[in-house]
Amino acid sequence: MAETAFRMEARGVSKIFGTHRALDKVDFGLLAGEVHALLGENGAGKSTLIKILTGAYQPDGGEVLVDGEPVHLDSPLHAQSFGIGTVYQEVNLLPNRSVAENLFLGHQPTRFGLVDRKRMNRDARVLLKRYGLEIDPSSELGSHSVAVQQIVAIARAVQLSGKVLILDEPTASLDRDEVQRLFEVVASLKRDGLAIVFITHFLDQVFALADRVTILRNGKLVDTRRLSELTRTDLVRKMLGKDIAFSGSTSLEAQRPVTDVLLEFKGYGRKRSVRPFTLTIHKGEVIGVAGLLGSGRTEMARVMFGIDPSDEGSVALNGKPISIRAATDAIAHGFGFCPEDRKADGIFGDLSVRENIVIALQGKLGWFRALNRDEQLDLAGQFGESMDIRAASLDMPVKLLSGGNQQKVILARWLATDPAFLILDEPTRGIDVGAHAEIVRTINRLRDDGMALVVISSEIDEVVAYSSRVVVMRDREMVAELRGEDISPAVIVQAIATHGEPTPEETAA
Amino acid sequence: MTRISFGRIFNTQTIALVSVLLLNWILFPGFFKIEWQDGRLFGSLIDVLNRGAPVAILAIGMTAVIATKGVDLSVGAVMAMSGAVAATLVVAGYSGPVAVGGALAVGLACGLWNGVLVAMLDIQPIIATLVLMVAGRGIAQLITEGSIVTFSDPTLIFIGTGSFLGMPMPVVIAFALMVLVTLVVRKTAIGLFIEAVGVNRSAATLAGIRSRLLLLTVYSVSGICAAIAGIIVAGDIRGADANNAGLWLELDAILAAVIGGTSLLGGRFSIPMSVIGALIIQAMNTGILVSGYPPEFNLVVKAGIITVILMIQSPLAGQVLGFFGRKKSGASR
Repeated sequence: MAETAFRMEARGVSKIFGTHRALDKVDFGLLAGEVHALLGENGAGKSTLIKILTGAYQPDGGEVLVDGEPVHLDSPLHAQSFGIGTVYQEVNLLPNRSVAENLFLGHQPTRFGLVDRKRMNRDARVLLKRYGLEIDPSSELGSHSVAVQQIVAIARAVQLSGKVLILDEPTASLDRDEVQRLFEVVASLKRDGLAIVFITHFLDQVFALADRVTILRNGKLVDTRRLSELTRTDLVRKMLGKDIAFSGSTSLEAQRPVTDVLLEFKGYGRKRSVRPFTLTIHKGEVIGVAGLLGSGRTEMARVMFGIDPSDEGSVALNGKPISIRAATDAIAHGFGFCPEDRKADGIFGDLSVRENIVIALQGKLGWFRALNRDEQLDLAGQFGESMDIRAASLDMPVKLLSGGNQQKVILARWLATDPAFLILDEPTRGIDVGAHAEIVRTINRLRDDGMALVVISSEIDEVVAYSSRVVVMRDREMVAELRGEDISPAVIVQAIATHGEPTPEETAA
Repeated sequence: MTRISFGRIFNTQTIALVSVLLLNWILFPGFFKIEWQDGRLFGSLIDVLNRGAPVAILAIGMTAVIATKGVDLSVGAVMAMSGAVAATLVVAGYSGPVAVGGALAVGLACGLWNGVLVAMLDIQPIIATLVLMVAGRGIAQLITEGSIVTFSDPTLIFIGTGSFLGMPMPVVIAFALMVLVTLVVRKTAIGLFIEAVGVNRSAATLAGIRSRLLLLTVYSVSGICAAIAGIIVAGDIRGADANNAGLWLELDAILAAVIGGTSLLGGRFSIPMSVIGALIIQAMNTGILVSGYPPEFNLVVKAGIITVILMIQSPLAGQVLGFFGRKKSGASR
């Protein structure tokens, strides 16, 4: 039993939700004194695996071992008793209680049955010092920065558990210096022999901190390796499932002479969201946006559409400068936006298919120029048909439709407004093959009709197939603009992975 | 599909109203007797309409608010304030119409305040409107300086106790308001936008609906409705009672909207159904009163009947009834 060296291990664990296999016989071994990065795109199964390791889910197959012994983890609390602690992206402590109380909540030192506040604060001070924090333990937790709160959360988790520490995207809301500080804490815990699982979307951080890496894709284990054996390109290729030998470059650019400029974004950006980017969009052009999750793809779309208005740069439409401070401004200028999270930001579940289709046009018309029922039915029928929406009735609630049909409804909603420019954020995620094909067909059709589109997608093959140009996002920055021969999976993967030249901002810091 | 389920909801409320009225008739045989006296109608049925009018008016505004996934707890307090302002103005020598205008302005201001808290500052509606629910009654007491301000202004008294074409003024006002608001909401896109914001505010904003302006408007309408109800109640007793005017009526208004089929989770709504909900509540109040049961029974019986109505509307009952309904409709074809 050589594998018993693993502090914690998952052997062939599977998890099935309905008919969907979220995890398929995945092996995962965690050594004492290592930082083990867990990577994968959305839906790869990372969070399912974490939930199994922390006892939040029970596996449908396989087993979990701690120190070589099979265990059955009923709940996160139960997992804690085996020494497994977790820190999540959002600090889930009590911001309105003191730092010391947060550290010791549930097992405060007592004296005569009462909380011994003095001792608690003293213990807290000693503990915090080990993490390099010189803060007053009696101060309110919420008064400190997110980074300090994050470290307090780690201290609490280590204090309670002490063998395995799972960090679920701990750096998502931290700035550069704070990340550095957190890394120092993690490195020192590693030296103390803790086994640490680290989940993040930032490859730089993986290379800075992790010893080994496990990559998941579509619920399956892709690989577990020492990081020193891998290049960034290898890593991205494994995450996206792209073989570098694959080459499918298209010659769309050659066929399609460049037409009139529709939109020009110049130095357009927003602090803490997306770095300034410059992008010219022509009529009849599809611009593919590639990049890993958290690379700033969606942020770019939100800034373009005015949901998070830009705070620098300018935008011009047909050569005239315009101002986009809100979604309504963007729509008035002929923009449309299909958001990434269909359920949360796209559909109106309880409203009918008809109402879901007409709502953006009605929003454009305003409160008092109402479309009557017949006009609504005409519109919904016309655009529903052109998108091939399979609904028993246009008056049925849209929530009863399949994901693919819901996506088509949202597309139809924007097409009804006769837009000049359409932003699609992951239009094909989580939908069936038929609907997938229909949406790709629609993208091609709209481009041929002269519409300008920006399409964000994790599916590189897809991006290659319909894009006239591809921009690549990394670390909230537009890092490459590919055209012509360069639009191939290999080049895109390379662009996502490579370290660019440090930006002026970074050199200054 | 929607039409069938709308039909079912329609049936639930009207059947409930008719059953409560029939129950009243059994307990008090003279219930349906209506007399013509001094140029206006009298009778228990008219009394139900008349007494139910303030809650019905509150329910009109409340329904729109609830449909946006909000709630307006302040309407009772706004009633007290608008009554106090109207009474104080006429006592200070202003004319009746000026007093009415002042009271309506107060209602509008209160609604805008709630709207700003909810739409601009993103405070949860239940908390945002709780502020005015508590403070409003205090303000009303400050306006009346702690006493009941009585008046004899004919305009205000006419609004509370007068009649038009034989119907009591409160009933006329409530009916007119119901028709007006329903038409405005359904003949413009406002109704659709209210439902869209209630179902998914984030998606509504992304689809280009000015959801902030919409929320501001909806809370303002609720404030104005509350002010109208406040004027009616003050006119009825010829005085402004800051302590008791509109007390707990916000709860009746919420109940009326819920009985009317509007979900507290926002979305689909019907203003006429909420008005029927208000009449169901009043019919029960009147019924218990005329039947001669001790008033202690009031609240318990009311709670029991409301529970039954809500159970009939629950999703589970919907499935059961839907099952039988389908069988029947299948047979009839």
